[in-house]
Amino acid sequence: MRLHFARASVLPGFGLTLGYSTAYMGLLVLLPLAVFPLWASRMDFGQFWQAVASPRVMASYRLTLGAALAGALANAVFGLVTAWVLTRYEFPGRRLADALVDIPFALPTAVSGIALTALYSKNGWIGRYLEAAGIQAAYTPLGVALALTFIGLPFVVRTLQPILEDLDPELEEAAGSLGAGKLRTFFRVVFPALLPALLTGFALAFARGVGEYGSVVFIAGNKPMHTEITSLLVLTKLEQYDYAGAAALALVMLILSFILLLVINILQWWSTRHFGEGA
Amino acid sequence: MRAFGKRLGMLVLFVALAGAIPAFAAERHLLNVSYDPTREFYRDFNEAFGRYWQGKTGDTVVINQSHGGSSKQARSVIDGLEADVVTLALAYDIDAIHDNGNLLPAQWQARLPNASSPYTSTIVFLVRKGNPKGIKDWGDLTKRGVEVITPNPKTSGGARWNYLAAWAYVLKRELGDLARLKDPAQARAVEAAQNKAKAFVAELFTHVPILDTGARGSTNTFAQRGLGDVLLAWENEAFLTINELGADKVEIVVPSLSILAEPPVAVVDTFAYKHGSVDLAQGYLEYLYSPEGQRLAAKHYYRPSLPQHAAAEDLARFPKLELPTIREVFGTWRDVQRVHFSDGGVFDQITKAGK
Amino acid sequence: MAQGRRLASAGSDPVRWLLIGVAVLFLTVFLVLPLACVFIEALARGPAVYWRSITDSDALSAMLLTLLTAGVAVPLNLVFGLAVAWCVAKFSFSGKTLLVTLIDLPFSVSPVVAGLAFVLLFGMQGLFGPWLAAHDIRIIFAVPGIFLVTIFVTVPFVARELIPAMQAQGTDEEQAALLLGASGWRTFWRVTLPGVRWALVYGVILCNARAMGEFGAVSVVSGHIRGQTNTLPLAVEILYNEYQFAAAFSVASLLTLLGLAALVARSLAERLQRRQAALATAATLSE
Repeated sequence: MRLHFARASVLPGFGLTLGYSTAYMGLLVLLPLAVFPLWASRMDFGQFWQAVASPRVMASYRLTLGAALAGALANAVFGLVTAWVLTRYEFPGRRLADALVDIPFALPTAVSGIALTALYSKNGWIGRYLEAAGIQAAYTPLGVALALTFIGLPFVVRTLQPILEDLDPELEEAAGSLGAGKLRTFFRVVFPALLPALLTGFALAFARGVGEYGSVVFIAGNKPMHTEITSLLVLTKLEQYDYAGAAALALVMLILSFILLLVINILQWWSTRHFGEGA
Repeated sequence: MRAFGKRLGMLVLFVALAGAIPAFAAERHLLNVSYDPTREFYRDFNEAFGRYWQGKTGDTVVINQSHGGSSKQARSVIDGLEADVVTLALAYDIDAIHDNGNLLPAQWQARLPNASSPYTSTIVFLVRKGNPKGIKDWGDLTKRGVEVITPNPKTSGGARWNYLAAWAYVLKRELGDLARLKDPAQARAVEAAQNKAKAFVAELFTHVPILDTGARGSTNTFAQRGLGDVLLAWENEAFLTINELGADKVEIVVPSLSILAEPPVAVVDTFAYKHGSVDLAQGYLEYLYSPEGQRLAAKHYYRPSLPQHAAAEDLARFPKLELPTIREVFGTWRDVQRVHFSDGGVFDQITKAGK
Repeated sequence: MAQGRRLASAGSDPVRWLLIGVAVLFLTVFLVLPLACVFIEALARGPAVYWRSITDSDALSAMLLTLLTAGVAVPLNLVFGLAVAWCVAKFSFSGKTLLVTLIDLPFSVSPVVAGLAFVLLFGMQGLFGPWLAAHDIRIIFAVPGIFLVTIFVTVPFVARELIPAMQAQGTDEEQAALLLGASGWRTFWRVTLPGVRWALVYGVILCNARAMGEFGAVSVVSGHIRGQTNTLPLAVEILYNEYQFAAAFSVASLLTLLGLAALVARSLAERLQRRQAALATAATLSE
């Protein structure tokens, strides 16, 4: 691949910063991650397949991806509402609500896990009402999805907020004065402009959810085939001294994360092209 | 010159640490890598051993503890957690330290009395106060509407004992006498009994709503979250839970038969030699068999291997029940691991088939 | 800035109140309740137990290690973030999308997988394990391992905040400064950095919160030796597993407070920024 410089820049430091960044990434991120293909290559294909595609593992993929998807979807809907309310309306406590959005970033994952389990188990503050309604949350796939909703919320809100702030209200007002209904204005004018950011936030929340461990493992029931997440299976394999199997499974998760992130970045690139720099 | 002095100083320190110059009182370090439910016991024991060792050699001992799930701890040692001694939940985990890391000899179990288990324990039931579901024995656990809490046998040593105790119960019920297991003439009856046992354990796990990763997680699920009707627990954990929660919340039910759980201990030779602490590590483990060590074990609800040293009132707390060993019912731990708990083993088969 | 106009939207609109209601309810159930739960459980046995739990010697040494870890990981990732943001935002080169994707990778990789990577690399069974053992260098199950995994999981935070900020900045001002004869460093310090400082502050705060709160990855490489390789999140788990719930939540609340302090610092910073922006606008208007 040939390096090309689209913009002949007069700014200095390109070689230094790129070199440093690449070395740092290579040493601290890529080198550690390179062990997985290495370890996995010690298995033959049959063993590899057995490790990454046995029914129990497949069930864990379904749960992990399904719950992460559910959490990300919930966040796409409620995160959009939250971001909208926080940027467009003034109401008492708005600042506080805005600061609260970062809690999932600030709370250690193990603490979130314990707190969420305490809330949603059948003698918890929320769990007891759900139980009365016949819904079991903790120790079910629903509980996993709830934990991942908690983890993913800031991603959607924080990606949408700057876009909403930059969106020109005059555009909406113009559309409104031309006679477009409120809902129509939203779906015809606002929503398309928000879509790339919404997709990015959604994908980020999804990607984070797929890898989440600390906050989920307490609230998942960890039952094989039902409520066992893939991260836990990696640990389980490790605790059976099956290093190669653990590495194989880790490799699959790694590739999955990489693909998801690549999609996000391509999405961003695409949106910059369509909506201009700075949007 | 200064560098040389420093090096000399380190050499002196090293030799002193190695115990070659016992005349100097030194501060010595020992890392005991243990499993979850032994926290309280080793806290007391370490204090007692510190006093004993100082009286004997003049050295002060700093004992560092690490606790976690038994297999996880064994794996950490294999990966380089430099434990001088390991005190784990089952022999297989120490076997694994030999098999995967070659950090101690294969015959480690022969180096200390009682197959290297200074104390034993067993598996009992913990139920809600008044025993509302009427649980008396293993057979009651599969009654309609009974929920059982146990950790995952794949990740928890204690859970493997739970599983094996249930299995042994059915074999005994079907065969009447466990000695028939070893009798070649009884092969057909034994096979039928084994199938019954497998079916029972499979049925049992359909009654388990949550599989925590470790024994402590399960106890929390049962006690704090209020889930399940029965907790399968280490005997010492069951007593401890009653102390924590109060006898007005939960009570112990002792089944007709359980398994003799033998949590073994061993010196990790490679690391102990590297640290020059072989004598200390050995002394530490031997002290577990001393009258004081045995007394403390019994006080913390472990069954002492030398009961004559324990206090009578502590011994009186242990219920009497039939306790066959792993060797009598299943053979070696390596066999058990391969047949039951490896990937694709019996546990995987029954949880896959389950709803 | 946008403050004035963006809040001017329609007045007595029922939809507005409905949306506010939905958002507030959602935030309460998902964010406030777990937070409240931590503090209520922490104080369940009274302030005396709370104080004893957070001043316990194991808790203190865990806190020290946690602060030390953050103190190592945050500056390193800060320097990295500045470097990578500079080359990604100010220059155009092939492979940029790949580089940006790689920066994000640690953030979506499961912490367990991250920890495992270091075990397979530096553990006795791992790639460099035998060599390290022969030279008596301990990485995993010791403090360096905790530093390494923490750096790994917090790599993206500063970079991710800085890249868009620097991109939005463009390169015109820097080019002007350089043409006027300022050195590269001076341009960076005087022109680039002031423009992105709030993104920088926010990135550092997030990076710090994650560095202090990381559980899964650290748990895999820590060895859990009391007083030596336990961080605060691990101490929480240990206490929880010792049935000392009030103590567990007390230590958890301490961690939460550290995180919240960072959030408060951030909103203060933002307020400051707004005031400065308002002053700047006023100044330009009066000219």
